[in-house]
Amino acid sequence: MAFGTALRAPTALALGVFATAATAQDTTITIATVNNGDMIRMQGYTDLFTEQTGIGVEWVTLEENVLRQRVTTDITTNGGQFDIMTIGMYETPIWGANGWLVPLDDLSDEYEVDDILPAMRGGLSHDGTLYAAPFYGESSMVMYRTDLMEEAGLEMPEAPTWQFIREAAAAMDDPENDINGICLRGKPGWGEGGAFITVTANSFGARWFDEDWNAQFDTPEWNEALTFFVDLMNSYGPPGYATNGFNENLSLFQQGRCGMWIDATVAASFVTNPDDSTVADSVGFALAPNSEGVEKRSNWLWAWALAIPAGTQKEDAAQQFIEWATSKEYIELVAENEGWANVPPGARTSLYETPEYAEVPFAEMTLQSIDAADPTDPTVEPVPYVGIQFVAIPEFAGIATEVSQEFAEVYAGQQSVEQALENAQALTNDAMEAAGYR
Amino acid sequence: MATRHSRSAARLMMAPAVILLLGWMLVPLTMTLYFSFKRYLPMRGDSLERGLDWVGFENYARFIGSSSFWPSVQATLLIVGGVLVITVILGILLAILLDQPFWGQGIVRILVIAPFFVMPTVSALVWKNMMMDPVNGMFAHLWRFFGAEPVSWMSDASVQSIILIVSWQWLPFATLILLTAIQSLDSEQLEAAEMDGAPVLARFFYIILPHLGRAITIVILIQTIFLLSIFAEIFVTTGGSFGTRTLTYLIFQRVVDSQNIGLGSAGGVYAIILANIVALFLMRIVGKNLDR
Amino acid sequence: MARAVSTRRKIVTTAVAWAIGLLIFFPIYWTILTSFKTEAQAINNPPLFWGFDFTLENYAVVQERSDYMRFLWNSVVIAGGSTLIGILVAVPAAWSMAFVPSRRTKDILLWMLSTKMLPAVGVLYPISLIFVQFNLLDTRIGLTLVLMLINLPIIVWMLYTYFREIPVDILEAARMDGAGLRQEILYVLTPMAIPGIASTVLLNIILAWNEAFWTLTLTAANAAPLTAFIASYSSPEGLFYAKLSAASTMAIAPILILGWFSQKQLVRGLTFGAVK
Repeated sequence: MAFGTALRAPTALALGVFATAATAQDTTITIATVNNGDMIRMQGYTDLFTEQTGIGVEWVTLEENVLRQRVTTDITTNGGQFDIMTIGMYETPIWGANGWLVPLDDLSDEYEVDDILPAMRGGLSHDGTLYAAPFYGESSMVMYRTDLMEEAGLEMPEAPTWQFIREAAAAMDDPENDINGICLRGKPGWGEGGAFITVTANSFGARWFDEDWNAQFDTPEWNEALTFFVDLMNSYGPPGYATNGFNENLSLFQQGRCGMWIDATVAASFVTNPDDSTVADSVGFALAPNSEGVEKRSNWLWAWALAIPAGTQKEDAAQQFIEWATSKEYIELVAENEGWANVPPGARTSLYETPEYAEVPFAEMTLQSIDAADPTDPTVEPVPYVGIQFVAIPEFAGIATEVSQEFAEVYAGQQSVEQALENAQALTNDAMEAAGYR
Repeated sequence: MATRHSRSAARLMMAPAVILLLGWMLVPLTMTLYFSFKRYLPMRGDSLERGLDWVGFENYARFIGSSSFWPSVQATLLIVGGVLVITVILGILLAILLDQPFWGQGIVRILVIAPFFVMPTVSALVWKNMMMDPVNGMFAHLWRFFGAEPVSWMSDASVQSIILIVSWQWLPFATLILLTAIQSLDSEQLEAAEMDGAPVLARFFYIILPHLGRAITIVILIQTIFLLSIFAEIFVTTGGSFGTRTLTYLIFQRVVDSQNIGLGSAGGVYAIILANIVALFLMRIVGKNLDR
Repeated sequence: MARAVSTRRKIVTTAVAWAIGLLIFFPIYWTILTSFKTEAQAINNPPLFWGFDFTLENYAVVQERSDYMRFLWNSVVIAGGSTLIGILVAVPAAWSMAFVPSRRTKDILLWMLSTKMLPAVGVLYPISLIFVQFNLLDTRIGLTLVLMLINLPIIVWMLYTYFREIPVDILEAARMDGAGLRQEILYVLTPMAIPGIASTVLLNIILAWNEAFWTLTLTAANAAPLTAFIASYSSPEGLFYAKLSAASTMAIAPILILGWFSQKQLVRGLTFGAVK
């Protein structure tokens, strides 16, 4: 590239003097990961891995938004700072398709790759090749307070509808005692409120795009979904729900301030842990709701997975780590030390066949929720994309973040549902045009 | 008068700084300009090695044509302006106060300048979680104590919250500079005015304020430079929603979230233009003041 | 001549000043206090100002998860190094601008300041690509250079304003006595410029220490300073106020202590030529 070389000359003068070759340490791999509980627990066990293999591990643990920015910049500029990256189900197929990840197609026999839950394996593959190994996987489900339900004289069906959820929220809502009928995500961000409103829309029969990549926010289904959500939350949700994400709701639920919470299945182990949760022994679970008469439910599918960026010098060591961290043995290790309720869930079939794990109260519903999610057929009407709470195209993160910001302004009472949908429609079509889809 | 010898020596001494900054400015700037005329979507496989398509002014038109553009300029000016007004006014009042004799001057001064040492990420995190959280934040406790409904700061008063956080960080800086300026004020002049029976306000407006003119200009200049590019405070707190998407943040969304480097680069060029417009105003004022 | 101040007025001033000082300091105080609580006590309603079980557990947990000393050392090296190089480059430039001004001096100065207005995110890709090209990613030297360049305009300007306050007569006297350029700088200027340089150094260490965009973007494990340390404690799952507070306290303590001890120098020097 002419420009590239032209650029290199002067900067070489300026910087070349100071440039030092990265020192090669064959035995240490660098892993970028998110600061979620399961990953932090894994860090605690890395010494065992180092003992077994002689491979050292450097952790770069970052908050989710910072992590995304950091690893994305690194992979697109070919920075090569990490030997393993923790990425999600959204990034994996896109990066895999670009040839940025090392295919995980020669994993050892003991690893038993076929044991990975089919939904997870599918979501982390591109063209049938696995590009990232799931550390833990999740769907979403209803978590509710059994004691409050009983008080309200209601019984939660295994597969509730939104209409029932609304009724139950109304019955449990008790502002005087600081109990909100329902807590849901409203926080802007494609992985936060954006994900939630997208699955809600799916369960009302809406979709992001039609088959020609035209935005669909001007459809009655979107209007119905958003109106329902806003109305439900304004009536029975916590004040300021426009800034509540996973964490905020988790904390509210643990403090006993929510009658119901629909969110990631991994939250189940936090809300039933008596150390952190004041309501640990009165939590029930149900499938994520759908609107009456709509066949799609509002459960999503997600996995935090470990992938090896192409171009790393330490591919073998990296693969060894991945095999260790996502193995059955690792799950057993955690179970032994911290109890079965704390093992990384949703990744392996064998976990759900373990008799001890079947006794964990949320195991069954988690598996059912994961099984019920199909990223290849997420909506009532046909769509040109894969993904449930996201659209697996590179532009989605940017678009959905802005769309969720528009919606959050509705939640905060700063604009109307119609206005927000109109803005969302315009900005989505504009961005899709910029990317050359339309 | 400087000799020719010392002139050329002076040039030589200036050279390293000038060359370094020229390189620091020109290299990225050239690349940004170059990208801004290109289609550069790394997620779609575009890369420097493979060559980028020329798209003319498309990125520029698209960036400015987006419905988020003007609101972002507005948000930028609002936040910068708000912080400047607050820090300058409170800074003057604080400086006058700290200039008075009282017990424990040294300790109070330390307390007042402390926020300046806190890194922006930390101060944003602390304010967002420990002070402004609508459930567990200190403000929520206070509000409840007085029987009021806690405010959801990050959504209902988002711009004000950011202005508050940033002002808290920069107030010490303004106060310090203004304090040094006040301390250099001839106290006899003030005393004479006091003897003459000039009321407090008159003394303030006719003696103190004119004396502070230069210091105020400098506070405004330095702070504007830093404030135009505040990022961490928004990233950590609102993520650009609820009307807090500044131009800098909009560029961040285009570059990082949307992975559209061409579009983001065009935005960068606009940001430079905006910064220069603001700078031009400032330079006019400061230039005059610096000459004295 | 000091003004005679009535005791009553002094009492009122003292009360007001202390109240405001404590108010401004409160968020920091609250963070430090919270870092010694358990997570449950950290979100207690009503908030606990006293009567909680003082615990160091949060610090232990944070230290166990991330090696504080390594982040601290990186911060020290990067902030110190960039300031040192910056001063070395800036002193000659500021000196020549102050003592051998030309018509263009002020333009150059203002141009230097204007380089600071380029938003960092706008050049994220250019800088990242250059760093990849020269293997500078995650190296202390790369980060040191970037921070030096970012702060150089401020350093030059601060020094320039000090140097200008040094009376030219002294220089001329020295020249008459046959002092060369070198002696002039070493024996005449330097002693007079020390306070100015000291406060410039301080301000720049603070600015470099607190820079949070490039330090996060251009590092991974080896060169990551305290800003990256903090990024692993912001909003994790579950309760986190106490651990966040402990991590925050650890991140700001060194610079806070440095700032407090050198408060006098900083106050004396932080004028940017505001006093004339």
